[in-house]
Amino acid sequence: MILAYLGAVQLQQFGAEVYVANLVTIGVLREMGVLMTAVVMAGRTGAAYAAQLGTMQTNEEIDAITTLGISPIEFLVVPRILALVVAMPLLTLYADLLGIVGGGIVAGGMGISPLQYLSQTEHALAIHHLAVGLIKSVIFAVLIAVAGCRAGINAGRSSAAVGQAATEAVVTAVVYLIVADAGLNILFQAIKF
Amino acid sequence: MPCTTPESAAAPQAHISVRDLTMAYGDFVIQRDLTFDIARGDIFVIMGGSGCGKSTLLRHMLGLLKPAAGDIYYSGHSFSGASAEQQETMRRRWGISYQTGGMFSAMTLAENVALPLQLYANYNSAEIADIVAYKLALVGLGGYQEYYPSEISGGMLKRAALARAIALDPEILFFDEPSAGLDPISSRLLDDLILELQQSTGATVVMVTHELASIFAISTNAVYLDAGSRTMIDYGNPVDLRDHSEQAIVRQFLTRGESTKTESEQAKRPGHE
Repeated sequence: MILAYLGAVQLQQFGAEVYVANLVTIGVLREMGVLMTAVVMAGRTGAAYAAQLGTMQTNEEIDAITTLGISPIEFLVVPRILALVVAMPLLTLYADLLGIVGGGIVAGGMGISPLQYLSQTEHALAIHHLAVGLIKSVIFAVLIAVAGCRAGINAGRSSAAVGQAATEAVVTAVVYLIVADAGLNILFQAIKF
Repeated sequence: MPCTTPESAAAPQAHISVRDLTMAYGDFVIQRDLTFDIARGDIFVIMGGSGCGKSTLLRHMLGLLKPAAGDIYYSGHSFSGASAEQQETMRRRWGISYQTGGMFSAMTLAENVALPLQLYANYNSAEIADIVAYKLALVGLGGYQEYYPSEISGGMLKRAALARAIALDPEILFFDEPSAGLDPISSRLLDDLILELQQSTGATVVMVTHELASIFAISTNAVYLDAGSRTMIDYGNPVDLRDHSEQAIVRQFLTRGESTKTESEQAKRPGHE
């Protein structure tokens, strides 16, 4: 929707408002859908991972796991990473869909008929744009889960440390996301994907 | 120290032997030069003032922290020098009850107690359920199988942790402040339970505590870690230590700081106990 607003105003200067559909579709699929989802997941799931594992550290549950001869990484971290790797692409698809629908509503307000928007969207919709978003979503999922779990496992042994771990998880995850997104964009640009 | 040759002459044959152990976080030394033996069947207490490194010593004995220097031997075998598989085999003979219980909060009590059995014993699920019920009944928690750790009281949590610790009939039982946060009666019941278990299984018990009542009630040997000099200053039977330790601070600790007074009173009134 934001893309639609910004884009429509700029494109109006050239009388090319209808291309707002292309802008929204490509922007959402490649960038905004996955990035928004990732930021929300970093705040929601990454922080939750850090809080869960931090609490387990405080409760000596992680010690108990280790002394039972179970690797905390295998038992606690790997399943969490896998869960996010499965969930993120699905949520990204959902965000993509909502983003395109939202763009359509804004475009409608600017005098572009739904039919026009739809046909332009169809025109711009290409599998490789979708793939870029989904590839990113998997990579972001791993980064968020790793940041969250690492903050949790390395948390201190007090309840205050759990809060610190959650904060650290979100900050680290968002930094990872921004750096990784920039890196991936450069890479996709270089290979013209 | 013979870290690589645990069977050499210097390697001790006690059940657990701590040799020249120095514990440190980075450059910060917590305790240095700890050397003591724990015999098979001992109820051994690690005591000392708050913050002297008692729990840290226990975490070293459990292999959760690596010694900065020195080593810990189990039946003559170094733990830190052992391979990962050997360490796992050694750990299977241990039962551990953590200060906060360390129960897995996402699992019911039955699932908690069953976990070590599922991992390391060849029982079918009916047999496991029987053993779990038996172990929980042993600690007075029969019928609490389906409760979650968050749904039971602190005293019950400590007993549940004990049930998990004894699931595999361990040779060594470790307790980190078993009676901390318990009322005097629950604390007494837990002591009795530990003593009973020790006597029926012959296991070696290692306990971190500063509850004098527990120390005198059940322990056979103890080591005192001093926070000031950062090393152990005495080691032996707690009653002997209370009455005859050369270290005034140990006598004071074991008499709640009343030893000096008692001594002077004893000098005046020889009949006073």
